[in-house]
Amino acid sequence: MSKSDTPLLDQLAGGKWPSFVDDMKQAAEKKPMAQDLLLQLERSYKDKIGHWKHGGIVGVKGYGSGVIGRYSDIPNEFPNVQAFHTMRVNHPTGWFYKTEALRNLCDVWDKHGSGLTNMHGSTGDVILLGTTTDHLQACFDDLSAKGFDLGGSGSALRTPSACVGPGRCEWACIDSLDACYNITMSFQDEIHRPMFPYKFKIKMSACPNDCVASIARSDLAIIGTWKGDIPIDQKEVAAYAAAGLDIQREVCNLCPTRCMVYNGKELKIYDEDCTRCMHCINLMPKALRPGDQRGATILIGGKAPIVEGALLSWVIVPFMELNPPYQELKDLIFKITDWWSENGKSRERVGELIKRVGMRTFLRAVGLPAVPQMVKAPRTNPYVFFWPEDLQKKEVK
Amino acid sequence: MPTDIGPPDYKTMLPPVIQRNYGKWRYHEYLKPGVIMHVGETGEALYTVRAGSPRLLSTDHIRDICDIAEKYCNGYLRFTSRNNIEFLLEDKEKISPLMAELAQKKYPVGGTGHAISNIVHTQGWVHCHTPATDASGPVKALMEEIYEYFVTMKLPNHVRIALACCLNMCGAVHCSDIAILGIHRTVPKTDNTRVPNLCEIPTTVASCPTGAIRGDMKNKTVTVNNEKCMYCGNCYTFARPCPLPIPKTTGSPSGWAGRYRMPAAGPCFPSWQSLSCRTIRPNGRKRLPR
Repeated sequence: MSKSDTPLLDQLAGGKWPSFVDDMKQAAEKKPMAQDLLLQLERSYKDKIGHWKHGGIVGVKGYGSGVIGRYSDIPNEFPNVQAFHTMRVNHPTGWFYKTEALRNLCDVWDKHGSGLTNMHGSTGDVILLGTTTDHLQACFDDLSAKGFDLGGSGSALRTPSACVGPGRCEWACIDSLDACYNITMSFQDEIHRPMFPYKFKIKMSACPNDCVASIARSDLAIIGTWKGDIPIDQKEVAAYAAAGLDIQREVCNLCPTRCMVYNGKELKIYDEDCTRCMHCINLMPKALRPGDQRGATILIGGKAPIVEGALLSWVIVPFMELNPPYQELKDLIFKITDWWSENGKSRERVGELIKRVGMRTFLRAVGLPAVPQMVKAPRTNPYVFFWPEDLQKKEVK
Repeated sequence: MPTDIGPPDYKTMLPPVIQRNYGKWRYHEYLKPGVIMHVGETGEALYTVRAGSPRLLSTDHIRDICDIAEKYCNGYLRFTSRNNIEFLLEDKEKISPLMAELAQKKYPVGGTGHAISNIVHTQGWVHCHTPATDASGPVKALMEEIYEYFVTMKLPNHVRIALACCLNMCGAVHCSDIAILGIHRTVPKTDNTRVPNLCEIPTTVASCPTGAIRGDMKNKTVTVNNEKCMYCGNCYTFARPCPLPIPKTTGSPSGWAGRYRMPAAGPCFPSWQSLSCRTIRPNGRKRLPR
């Protein structure tokens, strides 16, 4: 291809930061589909508008999700991207790969698609960008032969994702990788066959640092936490001080609940005031670590905008021990999705439904007690609800 | 072919050093920007070298990454939730030659500690059907400018940036320190020649979060109350195929300041949406961030 075909994109090629234009050009040398994608993108830069149409029901046998139909709105100009569907492939939990697996993915995608990918999409899947309708089933079959399966799309359980957890992190309070993989395998039906009012995302972080931002990016967030005291290694505290860390300023003063005291020699933590935010542990990983009684906090309702605006998740279970086979968690997920499927409107996320009908209705439906840990601040008005049974006269003995 | 086999078991993808120290890590340190050392209870160490990626990768580029991983890491690597590549090494001696090869192949190494990590972003004009702006382009332009904050650790704290190309916010913009969000600014136009034939009126009406769309049963079409429209593009998605094209003049990226960070004060949410600069130059396409 001559350079003059894409003068606007050429401005974004090369440079210090790796450029997507270079990758697109690399693929375009082999694939007419990638070349038309490049040319249509250049056209978008000229027109300042996207040129994709959504929809058309495409997929693979037995599945209702995993493929996103995409068509060019100017197919007469770019016939090779007339149909340019995305396939979402469920990533190995934690995004760990052996190169052999990646090479298998590349071979399948060179055979069936544009040769362009996203590593990875926002939900976590490997995104295979662009193939035609007649290649979908064959591509799926080849992926399946190499041990890969499709992820979720549409009104389904989306591919669950997890932080690196115990694979590489000393702060892991739960085995986020195992729990995520276990949940993924147990909920294959919900991932592949859309059955909910709208999308449902599950993310797991093994400690309150929440490296996968589960609290904001998933409908059901599972965040590792602990009960009890933070063990302190005073020798290591002294070593940090000797190495130049200003413990008073950087650690104690920035503790949100000011629950720490440093006398220049020893650090004391008033654990009863600690909210387990991880700040001190992050700064002194050798000296401090999460306590030994570990589990997870379960939260619900996080999502990005449209309709209600962005929502952060709410705590529904302050502490749950999380051990294989994770039955308590799975039962809770079933109860939540059943209630939501029964009561949610089309395209209403579970968080929006809870906002609409009230947290008390949700808690009663899924059989969870209302506990103080769910409440951030005391109510400042008397406008409270009562259930009918609350109003019945108590018998006087 | 069998269905519902699920993803490959992650345990088969873990390097031996991780299998040996799984759940038994003791501490970690940044040896230099982009290089992390994790030490297990036995004293054994895992070295991670983090490199930037454009996220949109060709299969040849992935194979190049595989070549590097096979040369230095026995073929083990991972990706991060912000789309960086992490080479996982057992042998400390291999860090320098790996970094030399990465430098020669122009892979930026960094994104650790008090730095800017890779920008999480969406598809934009590359593959999305409702974008108000491109995504990969602005991200590339911006990373070019803030490159030095990726390869160093001289900021006061972590900084996370995200870009989403429309209000649907597929790109985590609501949970990053700095968010760049594409917004539409004009109301969708009803194409009365196509709506009666191609879309279900009740579904289209129901798709509108603000109730701006009303059915016009007489003409088997819909009307849009311009003042109520929040330009979300839901109707365009839902009333496929395409009866309500969003007009061409709409694209315009806008800057939002978001803030999300778990530690310290906890995630800070309702107050975060301070509109820092309402509209950046509409779809300026040159490599200049503002």
